[in-house]
Amino acid sequence: MSHRSFVWLCLLPLAVVTAAFFLLPMARLVVTGAAGPQGLAGYLAILTEPRYRATLLNTVLLATATTIVTLIVATVAGMFLQRHRFPGRAILIAMLTFPLAFPGVVVGFMIILLAGRQGLIGDFSNRVLGEKLVFAYSIYGLFLGYLYFSIPRVILTIMAAVQKLDTGLEEAARSLGASPWAVQRDVVLPALAPAFVASGAIAFATAMGAFGTAFTLATNIDVLPMLIYTEFTLAANFSISAALSVGLGVVTWLILALARSFSGSAVAAAG
Amino acid sequence: MSAQAGHGASVRIETCGKTFADGTRALEPATLEIARGETLVLLGPSGCGKTTMLRIIAGLELPDAGGRVLFDDKDMTAVPIERRNVGMVFQSYALFPNMTVSDNIGYGLKIRGVPEKERAARVAELVALTNISGLEHRRIDQLSGGQRQRVALARAVAIRPGILLLDEPLTALDAALRDRLRGELNRLLRALGITTIYVTHDQSEAMELGDRVVVMQKGKIAQIGTPREIYFTPNSRFVAEFIGAANIVEAAIENGHLVLPGGRQPINGDANIPAAVAMIRPETIRVMAAESAPLSGIIDSVSFIGDRQRLVVSGVSNRSLAVDAPNTVRAKSGERIGLSISPDAVRLLPPES
Ligand SMILES: Nc1ncnc2c1ncn2[C@@H]1O[C@H](COP(=O)(O)OP(=O)(O)O)[C@@H](O)[C@H]1O
Ligand SMILES: [Mg+2]
Repeated sequence: MSHRSFVWLCLLPLAVVTAAFFLLPMARLVVTGAAGPQGLAGYLAILTEPRYRATLLNTVLLATATTIVTLIVATVAGMFLQRHRFPGRAILIAMLTFPLAFPGVVVGFMIILLAGRQGLIGDFSNRVLGEKLVFAYSIYGLFLGYLYFSIPRVILTIMAAVQKLDTGLEEAARSLGASPWAVQRDVVLPALAPAFVASGAIAFATAMGAFGTAFTLATNIDVLPMLIYTEFTLAANFSISAALSVGLGVVTWLILALARSFSGSAVAAAG
Repeated sequence: MSAQAGHGASVRIETCGKTFADGTRALEPATLEIARGETLVLLGPSGCGKTTMLRIIAGLELPDAGGRVLFDDKDMTAVPIERRNVGMVFQSYALFPNMTVSDNIGYGLKIRGVPEKERAARVAELVALTNISGLEHRRIDQLSGGQRQRVALARAVAIRPGILLLDEPLTALDAALRDRLRGELNRLLRALGITTIYVTHDQSEAMELGDRVVVMQKGKIAQIGTPREIYFTPNSRFVAEFIGAANIVEAAIENGHLVLPGGRQPINGDANIPAAVAMIRPETIRVMAAESAPLSGIIDSVSFIGDRQRLVVSGVSNRSLAVDAPNTVRAKSGERIGLSISPDAVRLLPPES
């Protein structure tokens, strides 16, 4: 047996598993999506049907907002936590990363405890303003839940990247007259760009596809995963839910590819 | 303004010590003055506090309470580095990886709001000066070590700093390149004529580049002087041994003579010291026939170096003596050899050092 064929033989199990559990269901999904009364046009429904299109837009906006706010919060917090030593630092990091293991359902539950009808925020606003502030069951509650979900993941990536920053570069920029802001803009942020792209992509994709939190908060929040769920279980509309699923994957992939090529030059230059 | 700025600022460091947060005493309180346009070298073994001293002058470290840093007699102690107008070359070069060579060189000018056209002209000037034409649009990871060193220097000089600070700029390079760049750097620093503080652990670099050399040992200044002064008249055993090759001889002095096992060696003056320490440089010892020589010993080994040969001679003093002989002298190990040393070449050192 030649070396080459040995390598191929070793790859065989992987190929089988990939085919059985990834490619075949995927192919089936694609076929099902085109099997409705509209045929292939079913795929266009996600764009042409106003309700679907609005939901898609909603989802993309929610995921984008989640990604941007997560990156901002996680960068500021991660940079501070990595660069400063203070009492309670270890406990703070542990608390920030504690939600890592929580499924979406638990996150949704926590949002209800915070901003639901009996939530802390409602109680507080009732006492101060005489009005109960309740937003857990809306897209804002979902947004808060997604932040809660993605910040720990992104913070860890950013902290690791900050640790690897060469402080000599910052000192060199300062010696050339750069203000603290200019140092961030010209040295620190470009060096962190690869970490932003990687962790931002995960935050975005997670927010696009997450279901547990939305399901826990309410069944009538307009996001794609909820729509797929209702089409699938309530309307038993298999072909439309399959087409929407494929659409969700393709749109997420397209946006990430776009973001990557957009920041690609910056990342490549940052070496 | 450029003619004035070309000579830079004078620097005074007053009782600047440094104790780090973890308790490390990196620098004992030191006072030092550097004249406008002078090149001062901080020389010493690794860990002796050279970088710490440089960073205090740069404004990257704050001296311990009581220390002051003055540029042109103005107190700069509390001024952060970004407003000190210093050009700094880091040991690792610290070039910006997300910028091209010319963007690196022009960065300080851009920060200062120098218009694009003027900036490009200044960058071109420095590219020519540091000999890196053709590399302007390269990324930093496409440069060799020697090229990076030049870019780092060009970037530091571009802003017309009052003081140029260099932290072991040649240490990261291989030996042959280091020697070549040393000469180049020397010409460049002389041409710029700007106040320069240069950190190195390499004594030949210090000798070639420095108007004055500060020899440091364990956070303290051991000696300050011109290269000649620290070479010919070291004031301690540490300086004598750190700068060049030195024979340290321990012997009694009687009526102006070192009493050695290999003979009596006259010195200047007529002191009587029961336990003296003296330094004799290998190249100041002359070899001659054993019979007529004031000192004699046995050759232990001969190393032919090319322009000279290094003999190790035992039996002359309390330990073997290194002797640099002309490359034409026939010397074999095991033979007896005569030595003569001028009294001027014997330098007495404080015994406790
Ligand atoms: N940030 C720091 N914290 C604690 N100790 C330090 C720090 N920087 C340097 N030192 C210590 O201070 C001493 C002098 O360091 P340094 O000035 O870098 O020496 P050199 O440049 O002569 O090699 C060394 O013992 C070093 O370990
Ligand atoms: Mg150092």
